[in-house]
Amino acid sequence: MYFEFDIEGGDFSKAGYASSQLKKILKQLVGDHKIVKRTVVALYEAEVNVVAHAFSGKVIINIDTDKIEIQVNDKGPGISDIQLAMKEGYSTASEKVREMGFGAGMGLSNIKNNSDEFYLSSEVGLGTKLTIIAYLVKE
Amino acid sequence: MEQNVFHHALKIHKDLCVGCSHCMHVCPTEAIRVKDGKAELFENRCIDCGECFRVCPVHAIIIEQDDFNKIFQYKYRVALLPAILIGQFPEDVKTSQIYNVLMDLGFTDVYEVEHGVDILKDAIKDYAKQNDSRKPLISSFCPAVIRLIQVKFPALVDNIILLHPPLDIAALYYKKKLIDQGVDESDIGIFYITPCAAKIAAVKSPVGEEKSPINGVINMDFIFNKVYTSVRRGDFKSKAEVDQEYLSPEGTVWSLTNGEVDVMKGRCLAIDGVHNVMDFLEKIENEEIKDVDFLELRACDQSCAGGVLTTTNRFLTVERLKKQAKHLKKNNTGIDSKDILKYRKYLNENINIGKINPRSMMKLDENMAEAMNKMRRVKEIMKCLPGVDCGACGAPNCQALAEDIVQDRAAINHCIFIQRLFEKKGIIDMDQSHDIMKNIWGKEKLNRKC
Repeated sequence: MYFEFDIEGGDFSKAGYASSQLKKILKQLVGDHKIVKRTVVALYEAEVNVVAHAFSGKVIINIDTDKIEIQVNDKGPGISDIQLAMKEGYSTASEKVREMGFGAGMGLSNIKNNSDEFYLSSEVGLGTKLTIIAYLVKE
Repeated sequence: MEQNVFHHALKIHKDLCVGCSHCMHVCPTEAIRVKDGKAELFENRCIDCGECFRVCPVHAIIIEQDDFNKIFQYKYRVALLPAILIGQFPEDVKTSQIYNVLMDLGFTDVYEVEHGVDILKDAIKDYAKQNDSRKPLISSFCPAVIRLIQVKFPALVDNIILLHPPLDIAALYYKKKLIDQGVDESDIGIFYITPCAAKIAAVKSPVGEEKSPINGVINMDFIFNKVYTSVRRGDFKSKAEVDQEYLSPEGTVWSLTNGEVDVMKGRCLAIDGVHNVMDFLEKIENEEIKDVDFLELRACDQSCAGGVLTTTNRFLTVERLKKQAKHLKKNNTGIDSKDILKYRKYLNENINIGKINPRSMMKLDENMAEAMNKMRRVKEIMKCLPGVDCGACGAPNCQALAEDIVQDRAAINHCIFIQRLFEKKGIIDMDQSHDIMKNIWGKEKLNRKC
């Protein structure tokens, strides 16, 4: 099944919409609530990243009986050093964002920890593409 | 043992129900539908919060209590009363008067539930220290919240603190105390005076244990009326001063909002009202809110002071109990020498409850491929439905109707907008529409002389 959601950069009041929708969907489909939680947490972090850093973004979700694949693509400044960005505690968030409780520098690693597969690519000045996969059937 | 069929204290009295659907619209878990002019309950979804009971205009939703005469099956008849009962009365009604009326009614012993707090408040702090990895820890105090988590937030069941609430601790203590005095266990009947339906369900169908230490439940409104009538008429028989131990200040306000939070350490939050609790749990589940140590969650606004079986305005109850706690704090009332503290070791050994299992009600099908088919159909159906959530189909909203349709519990022509469309297209005629509505709302509503 295919689902698509838009994310608006800079609008924190709407951050979390796609993950809330995904949660509703997965609770109706998937019995293993731990997988549901992990996946929703990963998407929520990714959404907040787009809101905090990018101009706009799109969430594309493909659900199959064996896996959930989520793409979060944004138009934004991009990430110049992905390895550095992945480091726990590394953050470029502004003071304003940190005051709201975001930007602790755990986002990307938290997404990775809550997914089975994690792919991140970025072009500076254009945007960032994130793909995460959660397997429903473990081999 | 988790049961497949859950005991619910809330029952719909079909003879009284007029099918007005007020209950259907307020149910937080969408457990109610209207069929044949009567409200119907999906037992597996009901969490016994009592919101339906509050709004029913004809008192067709009843909270099933034990027959009061059941107390006389026991030689020792213990009334366990929560502080909320004391808080129901104006200040000129003395606690001893309430005790006396309960003795007049036939109880041999009266004991206040929140004495159990004196044991729990230390145990819960130790528990929090030992279970750091399971944070945020969620209090097990409110049985409606536990049931809500089981059915709607299954990923959070492991966060629930597996310790008995004060009620069970008080019951365990009193039973043990009588047994130690040489009383046969089968002669002891412990009866709880409840401010809500969820507590009844917790006694009759406990979560995380096989059997509750409580033998029966009496509704608080029943006791309130008995006590207040006696007080107003001044006709007590039991004039003897009751040997009464005072609650601790913490115990007095434990069942109010912030009662638990005030003794807990770290970042603690108290949330009351079932919709507030649901909103918050959504955010906890998404990990939008992190670094919280302890959550006190109560289904009723103003916690137990707002219980559905209370009589007095909840804010007045809060005022009285807070005032009393302040008074108790100022005057040291011998709390350190309380008898229950002598049983600390025994109670701590019995304070744990077993594993709480999720019982999610949201899956469309056990088979995921089939669930996905059903979800696709729901999506298609939602394109046809008007999205006004009028409830005229007998389901609380369009989404609920669509889900009922794919589960073979309803048909798309239950929607009045679809009926108009089908009539226009000649798929059904007006008589058929009339029949459909009659099947949902009952023939009386459709045969009124206008």
